[in-house]
Amino acid sequence: MSFLQARLRSPEQFAAMQQKLRLRRESNERYVAICGDTGCAAWGSKNIRAVFQEKLDNLGVKEIAIRFTGCLGLCEYGPIVVVFPGEIFYQRVKEDDVEEILRETFLKGKVIQRLLYEDPLSDKKYVRASEIPFYRGQKRLLLGKHWKIDPVRIEDYLAIGGYSAAVEAFSGLDREQIIEEVKKSRLRGRGGAGFPAGLKWQECYETPADKKYIICNADEGDPGAFMDRSILEGNPHSILEGLLVGGYAVGAEEGLIYVRAEYPTAVEKLKLAISQAEELGLLGDNILDTGFHFKVSLSIGAGAFVCGETSALVASVEGRVGEPRQKPPHLAENGLWGKPTVINNAETLANVPLIFRLGSEGYGRIGTENSRGTKIFSLVGKVNNTGLVEVPLGMTLREIIFDIGGGIKEGKKFKAVQTGGPSGGCLPESLLDLPTDYEDLNASGSMMGSGGMIVMDEDTCMVDVARYFLRFLKDESCGKCFSCREGIGRMLELIDDICEGTGSPGHLEFLQEVARAVKDSTMCGLGQTSVNPVLSTIRYFEDEYRAHIEESRCPAGVCKDLIRFEIDKELCNGCGACLKSCPAEAIEGERKKPHGILDWKCTRCGICLETCAQGAVLKK
Amino acid sequence: MSAKGHCLCGEIQELTRDFNGSIIGVLHNIQEKYGYLPENILREVAKETGFSLIDVYSVATFYKAFKLEPKGKHVVCVCTGTACHVRGSDKAVEELSRMLGVDPGDTTSDGQYSLETVNCLGACALAPLVVVDDHYQAQVTPAKVRKMFQEYAANSSEANLPAGR
Repeated sequence: MSFLQARLRSPEQFAAMQQKLRLRRESNERYVAICGDTGCAAWGSKNIRAVFQEKLDNLGVKEIAIRFTGCLGLCEYGPIVVVFPGEIFYQRVKEDDVEEILRETFLKGKVIQRLLYEDPLSDKKYVRASEIPFYRGQKRLLLGKHWKIDPVRIEDYLAIGGYSAAVEAFSGLDREQIIEEVKKSRLRGRGGAGFPAGLKWQECYETPADKKYIICNADEGDPGAFMDRSILEGNPHSILEGLLVGGYAVGAEEGLIYVRAEYPTAVEKLKLAISQAEELGLLGDNILDTGFHFKVSLSIGAGAFVCGETSALVASVEGRVGEPRQKPPHLAENGLWGKPTVINNAETLANVPLIFRLGSEGYGRIGTENSRGTKIFSLVGKVNNTGLVEVPLGMTLREIIFDIGGGIKEGKKFKAVQTGGPSGGCLPESLLDLPTDYEDLNASGSMMGSGGMIVMDEDTCMVDVARYFLRFLKDESCGKCFSCREGIGRMLELIDDICEGTGSPGHLEFLQEVARAVKDSTMCGLGQTSVNPVLSTIRYFEDEYRAHIEESRCPAGVCKDLIRFEIDKELCNGCGACLKSCPAEAIEGERKKPHGILDWKCTRCGICLETCAQGAVLKK
Repeated sequence: MSAKGHCLCGEIQELTRDFNGSIIGVLHNIQEKYGYLPENILREVAKETGFSLIDVYSVATFYKAFKLEPKGKHVVCVCTGTACHVRGSDKAVEELSRMLGVDPGDTTSDGQYSLETVNCLGACALAPLVVVDDHYQAQVTPAKVRKMFQEYAANSSEANLPAGR
C-alpha cells in the first residue's frame, strides 16, 4: 500500500488518495466479514478467521479479502459471517463450515441453507442481512459501517469516505460555522443526560484560554450497555474523526480518550488507529499543512462507575480519586488541568462525521422533534435477538423489543424493560408504546442513559432488580456526599428485609422517603438518579413489593427466602440424577423410588430443577 | 532500597517511565508487571513521583482495577452485569463460591484460584457469562458451572475450552 505510507501534505492530496481507495474498493467487493467482537470471539470467531486465511492461502486465492470486523449486531447467533457481494448472512458458523462457504458461496455463488438465519417466530429463512427482521427495522448509520471495515485498516475507513468531514472542517470552515451546523442538527449527548452537543462546544469555544482540551468519554460503566465498546473496537477512526472536528471547532489542540481498563481490545484498536492517523498526517502538527495541530492520547480508567460523571472523569485523568465536584464552574471554563474542556460521549462523537455527510438538515430529519438522529441500544436480557440495535430516536419500546428483538425468550410473558442503567428505571407493559425520546423517558421515571435496554420476563423479580441496582450503586458510590453514601445503604437494608420476607408495610413508605432525600440532597447526577431503579419499580410494580411484604411471596420465584423446592412424588421415577447433582446433599431417596428434599439443608441453588428430566422438581 | 535490601531503582524507573503527573498510569504499570500492587513498590513509587504514600494508597483502593493482594494462578471471573443478573448469574457465583470455598474477591488458600465478579464485560448475549483465564463460558447454569469447572481443573494445562452453548 505504497500511497498509504507517505504523509499527506494537503487537502487535495487527501482527496486524491481517498478517491483512489474508493475506486479500488468499488472494483473489488469480494470479501468476507467475520465478526470479531467479544460476543462472536467467545463463540470462536478468531479460529474461523484463521481457517479462512489458511484455506485461502492453500487455494492461492488473493482477490477475496477477510475483514475481521466490529460487532455486527446479532450477538445471539454468533459467530456471524457475512459474504460480500450479496450480503449473504451466515450465523452460528463453525470451523468445519469454512471450506463449504468458500467452495459453494464464493466460487459457485450458491447459498448454504443450513447456515442461514431462521426467524424464531415465523421459521422463515433469510439470505440477505438487510432482509432479516432484526436488521430491517433498524437505521444503522453508525453500526452499518461495521460490515464494511476492518478496524485495523485505516484504508477501509478512508475508502468509505472516512476523515472527509474532518478535512472539510479544518480546511474550509469557520469554527462558528461548524458549531452552528452541529447546533442545527440538534445532536444531543448519547452518554446520559442528553445535553445538546453544539451548545457544549459553543461554551468551550467562547471561553478564552491559551489551551483547551476535548475528551471522549468512553468510560462505559453501565452494566448491560456495550455500544461504546463496539464503536471503539469496530470503528475507532470514527471517534478520532469526531474528536478532530470537535477539537478544531472549540479550539483545542489536544484530545484525549478516557477508556475503561476492562476494554483491553478497545485500547489496542485505538492505539493502532492513532498511530495510523499520525503516520498519514491526519493527526499531529500542521495537519495537511492547514496550520491546525491536533494530537490524541489515551487515558485508561481503573474501574469506577462514577468516573462517567464529567468532573469525576477529569479528576481521574489528572490521576486523583474520581470524585465529582460542585458545578459551576463548568468544565467549559475550568476543566482538565484548570483549562476549558469539553467532554463528549463516544457515540456522540461518532455521530459528528454523519452530520457533515448528511448535512444538519438531513440529519435532523431522523428522529423526533426534540431527539434527533439515531441511538444505539444494547438489547439484552430475556429477549430472542440479543444484540446491538440502532434505531431512529423516538421508535417505541414495543417496536424495538418485539419487531426487532423478536419478542421474549421461550414464549414467556414480557414484564418490564430497564433503560438507562443504574440511573434509569423499569418500565411496565403499559408503557411499551412509549417513544424512546429523551423527554418521554424522563417523564416516565426512567431515562435514556447510555442506551442499555434490559428486557425482563415473568421470571424476573422487580424487587430483586431494585436490590441488584442498589448493591451496584452502594459499591460504586464515591462516598463524597453523605446522602448517597449512607442513603443507598439504608435503602438496600430495607429492600433486603423485603426480599427476605421480614419487611413490614412501613418499609415501603420509608424506602420512598429515603429515596426522595437522596434525590434531593446528593450533588452529582449519578447520586440524584440512583433512586430511579427503586422509585420506578415501586411506581409500576407496587403489587410485587406488597406480595413480598404482606404474603411473604415472591411472585417471580426469585427471592430465595420466599421460595422452596419440592419433588412431585407422582412424576419422580427415582432415577437419582438430582440426588447426585445436589451440592448440598439435601436430596434423599432410594433408587427407583420417589425422592424427597430436606428443606433445612436446601440452599435453593436450583440444580435439581435443572437436572430433572421428568419435570418432577417444583419451585413453590 | 526494599525491605530485602535489594535495590529496585531500575524497576522503579521503568514503572514510572510515562509518569505525566497522574499516578494511575504508574499503578497500571505495576499491576501489569506484578499482577498486584506490592507494598514495597508502592513506597518506592511514592518517593519517586513525589506523592505521599497515603495519596497513592487512596487512589489504589478507590479504583476496582487495582489489587493489593496477589491473585491466584487461575482467575475465575463471573460477569454480574444486569443482563447476566436477570439470567441468573448470582447462582453461578454461589456455586463457584461453594466449590472453591472462597467468597467473591478472595483467593483459595493454595493460591490456585481467585474468584472475582465484574460489573459488565459487554458480552450480554452470552449471559450469564463466566470467564476462566480468558476462556469464555457462555449461558452458564449452576450445573454447567460445576461440570465445566471440574473438567477445567482436570486438564487446565491443555486450557482449550469451547464456549459451549
